[in-house]
Order: sequence, then structure tokens, then C-alpha cells
Amino acid sequence: MSDALPSPLLALKGIGKSFLGVRVLDGVDLDVVPGEVHAVVGENGAGKSTLMKIVSGGYAPDAGTIEFAGAPRRFSGPRDAQRAGIGIVHQEFNLLPERTVAENVYLGHEPVRRGLVDRRAMRERTAELLASIQESSLPPGSRVGRLGVARQQIVEIVKALALDARLLIMDEPTAALADNEVERLYVLVRRLQQRGIGVLYVSHRLKEVFDLADRITVLKDGRLVTTVPAADTDPDRLVRHMVGRDLSSYYPDRAAPDDPGPVRLTVHNGGNRKLRDIDLRVRAGEVLGIGGLQGSGRSALARALFGAAPFTTGEVTLDGAPVRLRSPRAAMRAGIAYVTEDRKGEGIVAGASVLDNALLAGRAVLPTWRGRAARTARVRELLAAVDVRAATEDQEIRFLSGGNQQKVVLARWLALGPGILLFDEPTRGIDVGAKSAIHDLVRRLARDGAAVLMISSDLPELLGMSDRIIVLRDGRIAGELPAGATEEDVLTLALGTVPAAA
Amino acid sequence: MQLAERNRLRVRFRPGGLAPILVIFVVLLVLLGTRQPDFLSPPSLMSFLGRSAPLILLAAGQYFVIVAGEFDLSVGSLVTAQVVVAARLIDSDPSRTWPVILLLLAFGAAVGLVNGLITTRLRVSSFITTLGMYLILVGAVYLWSDGAPKGGLSEEFRRFGRRAFEDVFLVGRIPYALLILLAVAALAVLLTRSDFGRTLVAAGGNPRTAELSGVRVRHAKTLAFVLSGLAAAVAAILIGGYSGVSFQAGAGLEFGAITAVVLGGVALGGGRGSVVGAMLGALTLETLFTLMNFYGVSGALRSTVQGAIILLAVAVSAMRSVPAKGIQ
Repeated sequence: MSDALPSPLLALKGIGKSFLGVRVLDGVDLDVVPGEVHAVVGENGAGKSTLMKIVSGGYAPDAGTIEFAGAPRRFSGPRDAQRAGIGIVHQEFNLLPERTVAENVYLGHEPVRRGLVDRRAMRERTAELLASIQESSLPPGSRVGRLGVARQQIVEIVKALALDARLLIMDEPTAALADNEVERLYVLVRRLQQRGIGVLYVSHRLKEVFDLADRITVLKDGRLVTTVPAADTDPDRLVRHMVGRDLSSYYPDRAAPDDPGPVRLTVHNGGNRKLRDIDLRVRAGEVLGIGGLQGSGRSALARALFGAAPFTTGEVTLDGAPVRLRSPRAAMRAGIAYVTEDRKGEGIVAGASVLDNALLAGRAVLPTWRGRAARTARVRELLAAVDVRAATEDQEIRFLSGGNQQKVVLARWLALGPGILLFDEPTRGIDVGAKSAIHDLVRRLARDGAAVLMISSDLPELLGMSDRIIVLRDGRIAGELPAGATEEDVLTLALGTVPAAA
Repeated sequence: MQLAERNRLRVRFRPGGLAPILVIFVVLLVLLGTRQPDFLSPPSLMSFLGRSAPLILLAAGQYFVIVAGEFDLSVGSLVTAQVVVAARLIDSDPSRTWPVILLLLAFGAAVGLVNGLITTRLRVSSFITTLGMYLILVGAVYLWSDGAPKGGLSEEFRRFGRRAFEDVFLVGRIPYALLILLAVAALAVLLTRSDFGRTLVAAGGNPRTAELSGVRVRHAKTLAFVLSGLAAAVAAILIGGYSGVSFQAGAGLEFGAITAVVLGGVALGGGRGSVVGAMLGALTLETLFTLMNFYGVSGALRSTVQGAIILLAVAVSAMRSVPAKGIQ
């Protein structure tokens, strides 16, 4: 695009947003002109979703201005933004499966005649809208629940068009689509473009971004890095924009090359609904980092090894012997521990005491009546050893900070003396002090002979902690990196761009 | 600062703690004592405790189900069914007393097992499962006895509910029912302190965390229903002895038990509360009913009072844990 840009449809200036004192967006500028596809890219946590929620009225910005169609705006909520002409197609659809296409499209603003819903007008107008994007093959009267994902997405888009959307936000629109459906989406997006609709396109997949976008905006840590015409850049340069922080924080020393002991865990050909062809081996004393984007299968791998969503194909061996990890109990009996990424949802029992939380796994798997005093004493020692700060051990765990909660969860697992520890985002939502305490603990466990798998979206953490890194993409292992790899290496594998010859 | 302050307050009045129910109980006792000083004499108190035993037992059983995040609405009609079945099977023959008692316990456990399996395996909400069981038992008992209770209970059976050790030093008399209650209560307390009891509470508090920590959530919940069924069986034996055979024997007891448990500080939805609180809740409820009696309040108001207590107790506990986002 040249200097002769038409006046922008949407213009954001200096947008800032904080949650609980954490800045997630800071001084972001962005504009979209009519008929443009503007892609927004960045790592997990770069602030893309927050920015989209601000544009679509879900959040109010703390700072900055929004101009839409030439007038400054302050949206009171998503409906307000919709009425102004901003539609959004979420990754998860917002459709009523038991209702027809037309009913979904006009949900909440049904055409009315003599006080009753005018079903015929509703169907006809829906048919017109479908025709206008050349999707007439979709019958307005069919039940949405019977449609495939791709056609449900069309319904979502038509829903936005019915409200005369002039700007359409598409959040990871291809996440749920099969390859051939992606092509059809491309066609659809181009048709919207021809109608003068501006599209804000959020995606992890750089290929799509380059296929579709006129301009690309890169966000990193809540700040705007750059906005460039797609024609003036390439995937490599984009990746470099997305990474590149200074590794200022401290990480404990890695294992020396001959530190790791014998192979503790191997997976050969592992697969299930979310994973395919997983081959890996972890040695005692080693921290294996697992990188990849959200949804690439990182958590699925941990859950497969923990028996929560088991492998359906392939073999797993533990210390050389084949094992079947069919349930968390089986995995725990085999000496595997899993620290989940969703601490609140499945890591703690919020209303239970610190002590009860720490005792939970032991009570469940090794019930005892006579040995309970000794077990409690041991867990108390562990709570002290991991340095949990709580008023008393009877305090409900929900009153503790994230870091302290995580330490309690850790104590719960250490009580079982596990030989393999799976950490999924162990330091997410944890303050800096507790973070490095957990890093030290992870390394100490490895040094004491445990095999550790650690998933992290925090690239400096992943690079700083791991002895080796495996990067997943679309449920497969995209590649392996040695210690000393760079953020760029990880992201290149995670995004699936071909690295330029060095 | 303000938040920290509020947190501290909330910790002190821990939801599920025993302090509130103890206060209410003592206040009611004092009111009763001033209205009817005789009530506080040892023999009258002992009789009162014996009379209250069935509801306290049912509350203990209901505790296990509610703390696991479920409901058991079937206990009332289960008690009725047990009493009617016992009368027909014993048919006033003393020699059948013990076999029938064992059969009743097995019957209670079986009904609990079915409730538990339907709830955990077929994923029917326990509210619906046990409501269905309630209706099934009501109808089945009518059908089985052709509309009128048959047979009769033996005196050996009835003594558990209505006899007592007489002329006991200091207290005058100790009803058998009270001794049975104390034994069961002791068992219940031990059970809640066992690994099963603790993991059951965790399963009620956050089933996903519990499952991922190795708790067999479905087993634990099913066992909770079995315990409730067993408690109903014991309660039925006492009620049959105390008030005899009728189709009304267990009417409304399920709501009495749930009210008692909630009053005792056990959170509906599961995860917190103690069995002692639940039993104290039942005792408090019985005290309240006695008080209402002395004041000449119509017995018809009982269910109104129970309903008000449930609403109030749940509203209070909801207000206390407002920011409890992580709690289901």
C-alpha cells in the first residue's frame, strides 16, 4: 500500500489496559482502512486478545482513544460495538445449535410485523445476505447444530453482516477448520474485502497472514513493535520482531553434559486425538523443555503422559519397562506427577486448607490410617522445605498468593516421591520472587535424579531452564533444540516458517 | 489494605466452622429453659435426645452426600419403605428380628448404591436421581402392601426406638436410641477423619483437582450415597420402634436432614463443613421444633420454617464467599 490510504475505518491511538496492576497493553496504535485485511500477530500473551476485546467493546481501555468511522467512540459493551458496526467472529462460536440459520443470524433483532416475529422476512433477508457473499448453498432454514464447523463459521460471519458490520474481527478463524476449508475461508474473506469491509485478522499461522493480509501489526509484551505492509516483509523478519527480549532474569545452572543419568522415560509413536507420532526420551536428571504455541499439543502431551487423556497408540516405557498410563492413578503409581497449568480450575481445592491440599494425592493413592501421623509430619516438612508462606496450615488455600499456591501443589506431589515431573506453565501468574524459587526447585529436583518435562509459553524461561527443548506444532514434534537455542529458533519451529539460510 | 482486612475477617468466621451453629443452639436452649424449665431436667433431656436421634442420624448420612456436592432426597421415603417392609417381614415374630434388621441395612445400602451409580455413571444430577428414587419407593411400597401396612413389628425390634436403661445415676434414663446414635456418630467422625472422608470433601470442593490428584471421585461419591442409605436404615429402625408402622413414618425427613446439614454450616454444592456441624444442625432443628411446640405454634409451620432456614443459610454462606470465583 502506498501513501494514498483512504481515511481509516478504525483508528486506535495510545491504547493501554491493565489488569490487577499488570500492564497488558501499553500505548498501542492501530488503524484499519475500508477493504483492508489487517493481521495482528504476536506470541501468546502479547496482548492480541485484549486488544480485540477492546475494539469489540468487551473491555474499556484505561488509556487512549478509539475512533470508528470518523467519530471518537467509547463502547459501553459488545452490543454497543455491534450496533456501531463492529462484528467479531470468535474462535469459539456463539451460536444456538437447536435454532435455524436465520434465527441465529437475527437473534436479538428479529424483523417484526404486527408485534410478531416475521419469519418469512427473516429467512428471505438471510438468504439475501448469504447470496451477497455467494454462499447461497447454505439453506437459511437448516438447524445450525447440523452444519459443519466451516458452515457454522459462515453463519457467524453473516450474523455480523446482518448488523451491517463494517469492521469484522476474526480471532484465529482457521483454528477449527480442515485444510480445504481454509481455502474457502480465504475466498470469503476476499469477498468481504471487496464489499469494503475492514477485517482485523488475528492468527498464529504466518502462512495465512501472508496469504491474506495487506498490512501486519506485530505486538510484543503488550506494546506495538511495528506495522508493516505484508509485501515489505517476510516470515523470518516477522518472527524476529515477535521475539528478542533480554535474558536479564537469573536461572539456575543447567545440568552438565554428563550429569543426566540413564533414560527414564521414552515415548515411541505416541498418539491420540490431539497428538501424532510423538517420539521422545527423557533422562534422569534432565529438564526437557516443551515449546510450542497454545493448542499445539503441549498440554495434551503432559496429560497423555499423566493418563488424564491417555495415548491411544504407541508405547511408553519407564526405566526400560513398558507401562500403560491409563489414568492419573496409574501414572501416579508409576511415579509421575503433573503440575497443571490451570491452577485454580484443577490444581487446588480452593476452599480446603493448605494442609488438606498438600495431603490430597497421598490420601488418594496411598490411603492409610496408622501411617497418617507420619505422613502428615512429612508433608509439613515438605511445605516448610518449599517455603510456603501461609498464616497457618489450616488457612484456606484460596487466600494464598499464586506462588504460594503453586508451592503447596508442588509439596503435594513431592510427598509421593515422583521420579518424573510434568510441569505445565509452572510459573504462570506468579510473582517474580516465587518464580525464581520455583525455578530453583525444578532444577534441584532434576539434580536429585528426577526427569523433568517443563512446558512454558514464557520463552526466556523455557530457554533458561531447559537442557533440551522439543517444540510441538499441530500435535507433532516439529523439532528439537539443544541448550543455548534462541527465542527465534523456538518460534520458527513453533510457527512452521522455514528458517532462512544463516 | 481493605481487601486484606476483609480476608482476615472471613478467615476468622470460617464458613463451615462450628461457632455459628453452637451459638444458635445455646440461644434456643436458653429460650426453651426459660419457657419450660422442666425441659432441662435430665430425664426430659435424655428423652429429647433419644427422640432426635433419627434426624441426627439422617443428617450425618446426608452430610457425606452433600459435602461431596450431591443431594439425597430419597431418604424420607426410604425410611417409610424400611418400616413398612420390616413390619410385613417380621409379622410380629420375635425370631425374625435380627435377620430383618440385617436385611434393612442391606436394603438401605443397596438403594444408596443405585443412587450413587446412576448419579456417577449415567451422569444424572443427583437431585433428579434421588427424586426419582423417592417416587419409586413411595409407589413400590404402596403396591407391595396393597395400600395398607401389613404385619407388625416385634417388641425386640421396637425396643431400640422406645426403650431405655432406666434408673441410671444422675441422668435418670438413657434411651437405647441415644446409645446407637453415639456409636454411629463416633463412626461418622472417624470416617470423616479418614483418608476417604478427606478425599470426599476434596471431591466435593473441586472434582477436577481431586481426579487429577488420584481420587476416584465416582467411587467416593457412590460410597457417600451408600452411607446415606445405611443411615436411613438405622433411622428407620429407631422410628419404627418409636412411632410404629405407617406410610407417614419417614415423610418429610429428607428435607429435615438437608435443612439440618445446611444449618450446621455444610455448604450446598460441597467442599466444606463437618459432620459434627451437620448433627448439631439436626439437634438445633429439633430444639427449634420443640420450642415452637411450647409456644403453641402450629406444627404446619414446620416446613415453612425449614424452607426459610435453607434460604437464609445458603444466602449467608453465598454472601460470605462472594469473591469465590474458583469455587464452584
